[in-house]
Amino acid sequence: MRPDPEQAAAVQEPRGNLYAPITMTIADSRDETYDVRTLRLEFPGEAERAAFFKKYRVGMFGLYGVPGAGESVFCIASPPTRDRYIECTFRRAGRVTAALQDREVGQTITFRGPYGNSFPIEEWKGRNIVFVAGGIGLAPIRAVIWNILDRRDEFGDVTIIYGARTVADLVYKHELKEWQDRGDVRLITTVDPGGETDDWKGEIGFVPTVLEKVAPGSENAIALVCGPPIMIKFTLAPLRKLGFPDADAYTTLENRMKCGVGKCGRCNVGSLYVCKDGPVFTIEQVRKLPQDDL
Amino acid sequence: MKLIDANKLSDLASALAGAGYRVVAPIEDSGVVRLKEWTEGAAIRTDVIPVNSAKDFLFPPSEVIGHWDIDGDGFTPRDVRPDAPKTVLLAVRPCDAASLALLDTVFNWDYRDDFYNARRQAATVVPMVCTAADAQCFCTSVGGAPDAAASADAMLRSADGGAKFILEPLTDKGSALLGAAGDAVREGEATADPPAEVPRRFDVEAVTDWLSRNFESDLWVTLSLGCLGCGACAYACPTCHCFDMQDEATRRESVRLKNWDSCGFGLFTLHAGGHNPRPDQAARWRQRVMHKFAYIPERFNLLGCTGCGRCARLCGAGMSMSEVCQRIADETRKALTHAS
Repeated sequence: MRPDPEQAAAVQEPRGNLYAPITMTIADSRDETYDVRTLRLEFPGEAERAAFFKKYRVGMFGLYGVPGAGESVFCIASPPTRDRYIECTFRRAGRVTAALQDREVGQTITFRGPYGNSFPIEEWKGRNIVFVAGGIGLAPIRAVIWNILDRRDEFGDVTIIYGARTVADLVYKHELKEWQDRGDVRLITTVDPGGETDDWKGEIGFVPTVLEKVAPGSENAIALVCGPPIMIKFTLAPLRKLGFPDADAYTTLENRMKCGVGKCGRCNVGSLYVCKDGPVFTIEQVRKLPQDDL
Repeated sequence: MKLIDANKLSDLASALAGAGYRVVAPIEDSGVVRLKEWTEGAAIRTDVIPVNSAKDFLFPPSEVIGHWDIDGDGFTPRDVRPDAPKTVLLAVRPCDAASLALLDTVFNWDYRDDFYNARRQAATVVPMVCTAADAQCFCTSVGGAPDAAASADAMLRSADGGAKFILEPLTDKGSALLGAAGDAVREGEATADPPAEVPRRFDVEAVTDWLSRNFESDLWVTLSLGCLGCGACAYACPTCHCFDMQDEATRRESVRLKNWDSCGFGLFTLHAGGHNPRPDQAARWRQRVMHKFAYIPERFNLLGCTGCGRCARLCGAGMSMSEVCQRIADETRKALTHAS
């Protein structure tokens, strides 16, 4: 293959600042755990809100920021079916997330997005959906869960297997209760051995083990897996054993990003840009990537 | 044809500056020849390949892309636009111009980075045909040539044994530049000097082919042993375009900067949760080679290397991209020998 100047994309007429965010107002703030918080954000105006929801499909991500601290990438944790606001859920881990958690209701943050690809849920109508999540990996899954529950009649059985290191690390506890109490969702929660409390009524064991034990049927089913890289790695074998084809099992990659729009090169894995070609991938696609780069 | 006496390039720079161009040219600076903005009295040196590349003036090391006024817990954004003065990249090298195909593509595929585009549109690219090459030059191994005119608006060709330059406009921008040159350029006849002989050092298709099958190779550890992870190679590289975004703030205002970065740095891919997909220099060096010779070709049908050799001239540990590629091409040959 030779460099071919004819292949080069033409330089376009300058138009605006690709990196300029909009300013969002914090409408609600909820502590999920001791270091994980959910923010509900409202748009500065109807034009911005409409422009966002015209593009937004579940699975996409955004860049949330505080001037002076910077921007961080999180998924959009609320579904497009709830179109007055967006929510994000994140752990306090560095300078930006600390600045974001220090903001209070009524104050503002910056936002860019939605970016990236999405879960093809329109192709899943009539199929059973199995959600497998670990820790804060429930955030992207939660957006899909609510998207499907808000359009409940269009989908088959819904099974959610969710685990965290300890009971204290489970996020969206009030929603877990809500899903538990619904008749049309099967929810199994688990904590790692040693992470249980005296009154814990869920499973005790690692997510991959519990998945194998619960053994949701793979016929006419789609699986979604989100969580720490190590959990995803060990979930692949049970999924295969249960008969889920790699092409019907989805995950999101959480590579470090800066620009979010296919320029800065940080999220490259092989020839892919996780920010543009992802963050949603099938397990079939993930298996083809250089594994050591994940 | 349009001619300039070789010792009168400064007259051309002066005329262009007078016509409103920011003139960027190879200038001796503290004993080093680098591409920098020409000012009256500066000597243009065409005999040495500059340490930096022309990308510095299209995708600068640091650029403001956001600006907020801060008032307590509130902030108000200012409108930030690219600073893109009309610029001529004068007597740069064909390997500088060759990088523009990739930079144009990266900054314009899908989303468009208008900070780059504004500078690119305001730039007139005038490479000089290389009549000498050093041991690090390998443009001919990666599809280039010492007299390649790709992405050039005009070419400077050494003539009459180095006594003159022929200035040949190739685009409207090049013609406009010639119009602005005034008396610094005269009509005449001269014989162009032959371009430099740059030996072909490796078969780039063999390199790309080997890379597609050898992500796991032990050779990566061997190849990366010298690497100090300093990032100098990425900064000098005309095609390296990875960047970081950082905020710098006082109590009253904050700017957001787009700063050069490098996949050679340990922090480049480090997750907030502590996981690092490329935890050691072998993984990072592999990414550098893979990106240039396997991933960019796969993605954009271009190469991420123009064979300029700047990385090798700068490297404090003596690492050389062309030697790495030769080594990889040798591996392919060895494998073929074993197979037969």
